[in-house]
Amino acid sequence: MADNIILEIARYSPERDSAPTFQTFEVPFRKEWVVLDALNYVKDKMDGSLTYRWSCRMGICGSCGMMVNGEPKLSCATFLSSYAGNGNKVRVEPLRYFPIVRDLVTELSDFLGKLKKVKPWLIPKQELPLSAGEFLQTPEQLEDYKQFSMCINCTLCYSACPVVGLDPTFVGPAAIALAQRYNKDSRDQGAEERRVILAHPEGIWGCTFVGECTRVCPKHVDPAGAIQQYKVDAALEWVKGLLMPWGQRKSKEGGRAAA
Amino acid sequence: MQQPKPPIYTEYHPRWYRPRVSVYWWLGQWRYMKFILRELSSVFVAVVVAMILLQLRALRSGPEAYARLQHWLQIPVVIALSVITLFFVVFHAITWFNLTPRAMVIRWRGKRLPDFLLTAPNYAAWIVVSGAVAWLVLR
Repeated sequence: MADNIILEIARYSPERDSAPTFQTFEVPFRKEWVVLDALNYVKDKMDGSLTYRWSCRMGICGSCGMMVNGEPKLSCATFLSSYAGNGNKVRVEPLRYFPIVRDLVTELSDFLGKLKKVKPWLIPKQELPLSAGEFLQTPEQLEDYKQFSMCINCTLCYSACPVVGLDPTFVGPAAIALAQRYNKDSRDQGAEERRVILAHPEGIWGCTFVGECTRVCPKHVDPAGAIQQYKVDAALEWVKGLLMPWGQRKSKEGGRAAA
Repeated sequence: MQQPKPPIYTEYHPRWYRPRVSVYWWLGQWRYMKFILRELSSVFVAVVVAMILLQLRALRSGPEAYARLQHWLQIPVVIALSVITLFFVVFHAITWFNLTPRAMVIRWRGKRLPDFLLTAPNYAAWIVVSGAVAWLVLR
C-alpha cells in the first residue's frame, strides 16, 4: 500500500480568482483516515488558508459534505482507503449546484430559505395545555415518519439532483422529505399549509424521479420515496376533491385524528 | 522599498462563484445516462401506441389495407425501429417496475412490506398479460 495519497483540492478565492482551480497536496496515507482527516492535515501542516466546513466528524452535523471524486459524500465518512486503487488520487470539490463562497465552502441561504418555506415543524390544529398530558404515538405512527426524520440537512441530495441544478426554483429533495416527515406525524395537522408549496411545479411536480438523492443520502432518508409518495397522495386528494368536493371540505375542517 | 498592496476587502457579501450546469451534464456518469434513457423510453412507448392505432385503422379499412401495413412492417428500417422500440419498452417497464416500492408504501400488520412484494406482482401481471396476448396471436 502506498505511503502517500494525492489530494486534488478545488481552490477559489473570491478576492483573487474568477473561477476555481485545483491545487495538489501529497498527504500521508493512513488506513483509518477519512477525507476530512486528510483535509485537516493539509490545513494544519501545509496550507492554513484552506477553507472548508466541518464540525462533529461523525456523520451527525451534516457540515462536511463535498464532492469526492465526483460523488457527493460526507468527508467525515469517506475513507481514503476507498480510493487507494484509483491511482491514490482523491479529487475534492465543493458540493455541486451551490454557489461557492471560498474553496470548499458553499452558500446555503437558498436551501435554508426553501427549508423554511415548507414549515418543517409541528403545526397542531389546537395547542393543548400541559395538563392534557403526553401526546401518545403508537410504534406504527412513529414508523410512518421516522425514516424522514433522520435528515441532517447535509445537502448531498441537492448535489445529486440534476433538477436542482437545472431549475433553481425547485424546492429540492431534503426540504420535501422533511415536509413529509411532519405531514406523516400524527401530532401534526399542517399538511394543508404545506400543500401550497409542495403540490406545485416547483415542489413535488418538479421532481423527475432521477432517484440519485436517495442513493447518496448518508442517513438512508429516501427523499425520492418521500416525493413520489407525496405525488400519489396529492393525486388521490385531487381526485377525491373532484369526485367528492363536500368530503374534502369536511376533511380539511376535521384535520387529523390524534393518537 | 515598494509597499505591499493592501488586501482587497470585499464588503458583504463575498463574490460567489456560480458554476453553470452543462447541457451535457448527463453524459459523465452512467446513472444519469440511465435516467435520460429511461425518460427517452417514453417516446418509444408512444411509438408502440401509434403502431397499435395504425393496425386498428388498417383492420377497420379492410384486408387490403392490413396487408399493405404488414408489408410496410417488414421493411428492414421498420424492423430495425421495432427492435429498438422493443428494447426501450422493456427497459421502460423494468425500470418503472423496480421503482414502484419507492412510490408505494403498503403496510401489513404494522410492518412495511418488503420491496420485492411490491415489484413481483408487476412482473407477474406482465408475464400473465404477455402470455394471454401470445396465446391469442399464436393459437
